[in-house]
Amino acid sequence: MSLTLAEVEHIARLARLELSEEEKIRFREQLSAILDYAARLQEVDTRNISPTAWTVNVQAPLREDVPAQGLPTSEVLSNAPQVQDNQFRVPPVLEG
Amino acid sequence: MSEYEAVIGLETHIQLNTTTKIFCSCKADSWNEPPNTNICPVCTGLPGVLPVLNKAVVEKAVLLAHAMHAHIRPISYFDRKNYFYPDLPKGYQISQYDMALAHGGYFDLPMPQGYVRRVTIHKLHIEEDAGKTRNVNGQRYIDFNRCGVPLIEMVTGPDLRSADEAAQYLIRLRQLLRWLGISEADMEKAHLRCDANVSIRPKGSTILNPKTEIKNVNSIDAVRNAIQNEIERQIREVEAGRRVEAWTLDWDDETQTLRKMRSKETEADYRYFREPDLLPVRLDDAWKERILADFPELPLARRARFVDQYGLPEYDAEILTAERKLSDYFENAVRAYGGDPKKISNWMMNDVLRLINERGLDPAAMRLTPAYLAEIQGLVDAGTINLTTAKALLVKVEESGSSPSAIVEAEGLAKVSDDSAIRAVAQEVLAENPREVDSYRKGKTTLMGWFVGQVMRKMRGKADPNVARQVLEDLLKE
Repeated sequence: MSLTLAEVEHIARLARLELSEEEKIRFREQLSAILDYAARLQEVDTRNISPTAWTVNVQAPLREDVPAQGLPTSEVLSNAPQVQDNQFRVPPVLEG
Repeated sequence: MSEYEAVIGLETHIQLNTTTKIFCSCKADSWNEPPNTNICPVCTGLPGVLPVLNKAVVEKAVLLAHAMHAHIRPISYFDRKNYFYPDLPKGYQISQYDMALAHGGYFDLPMPQGYVRRVTIHKLHIEEDAGKTRNVNGQRYIDFNRCGVPLIEMVTGPDLRSADEAAQYLIRLRQLLRWLGISEADMEKAHLRCDANVSIRPKGSTILNPKTEIKNVNSIDAVRNAIQNEIERQIREVEAGRRVEAWTLDWDDETQTLRKMRSKETEADYRYFREPDLLPVRLDDAWKERILADFPELPLARRARFVDQYGLPEYDAEILTAERKLSDYFENAVRAYGGDPKKISNWMMNDVLRLINERGLDPAAMRLTPAYLAEIQGLVDAGTINLTTAKALLVKVEESGSSPSAIVEAEGLAKVSDDSAIRAVAQEVLAENPREVDSYRKGKTTLMGWFVGQVMRKMRGKADPNVARQVLEDLLKE
């Protein structure tokens, strides 16, 4: 299964990544190889198995609606490359 | 020009009024709070954390689903909706997709013109909100306070036929959300957000033409104006022989215009898949019954009952059921009074509502309790006080918290129906106003109201106006 260059460009755009022509060719090969590897799952006969996202049959743990202290703003912002007025400052996102 | 009809569907995002966020224990409401103050590792998407579902979110969503006559799934799933945006720290939104909490259902809208529009509900699911991006001088600032605030997304079928119907949908939805106590539904605070899908077709046709999607219509007026604008634009396009293209439009409330937006991802680009960090929600019958045990009578049912049971005019019933606490107040007062409900309604529609609105009171916490209001009407019925005194008494009860009878006694407000006292004052009034007496005797009988008013004023409203009139008529005949 081989991805087209257009598909690689589309995936890159969804991740807001800009790729060089050379990278597009390289990632096309790598992504195709990953898909081929995952495609091996298709060989398993699943005709009699219903779609299964979880194998445990339990209720999701639920939380009572009671507040608790979160993180101090300074700590939240401590990893941010750029901060202004207690907010994360980010570059403009590639639109469209 | 041929006749067209609009085909409109609305997508609403409803912010639930839980105390905490949907998947963490951070405070949900950050209105007027500084940026990045109600956040934690979960809602900011730090590595290694796990979401834990807030029980109250499920319960509130079940209430709305039940009110929409929707089918509630015994097992529902969360899914990841993937997209890349700076105010979405995880790179995906936890939402529900093909196996949401509820599906199907409808909402009936009584229109002011008298017909009822039935709107089908296509989707009803729970999800988390994203953060907020602010653009200031070309810079982008991110506030994560809103990340993880619980939302219900509710999408209607293409069932609305005019801008007015769309506005009515929002008005009734807002009323219902407050009635159920699941959202403050304040559009100005973005508790209730709306996008509108609009297309047109020849009247009577059943086809669905390409639609445009209008974003950011966040007030009742904006919904009405933006949709009306778009309907007219589409008619102009079609009349000019052009095709309506499936654009996304942004409503600018300031200039009252629509602007074409960048094209968004298509559904497939969101790469939905089951959220592996959350187990399915299992809503067994026992839990569902507990949630729905106190399900209230809904506003439109109560409105109809007020008309049937109490013989109220539609107008009164509509106003008295605008809000649940107000209608509870009315009904408690009617029960305490036991007489003609219309008399209680009249008090409610005028004096009590004015008191509530002017002083920002909560009907359930007023010192003028429903029982006291009933007592005041009882005092009027018994002839102990007149209407003027009753109106003033109502305010005094609210201000003091004392019972109406106690205030009447303490302040000597009881009506004077004793002829001799009124006669003395009436004679005084006539003696002081010889010119008016003369005019009256020459045939200007409309002055009677004025004379009665003078007597009432001198007696500080305590005279029985009917007795005063009788006495004055007698005296003026002489």
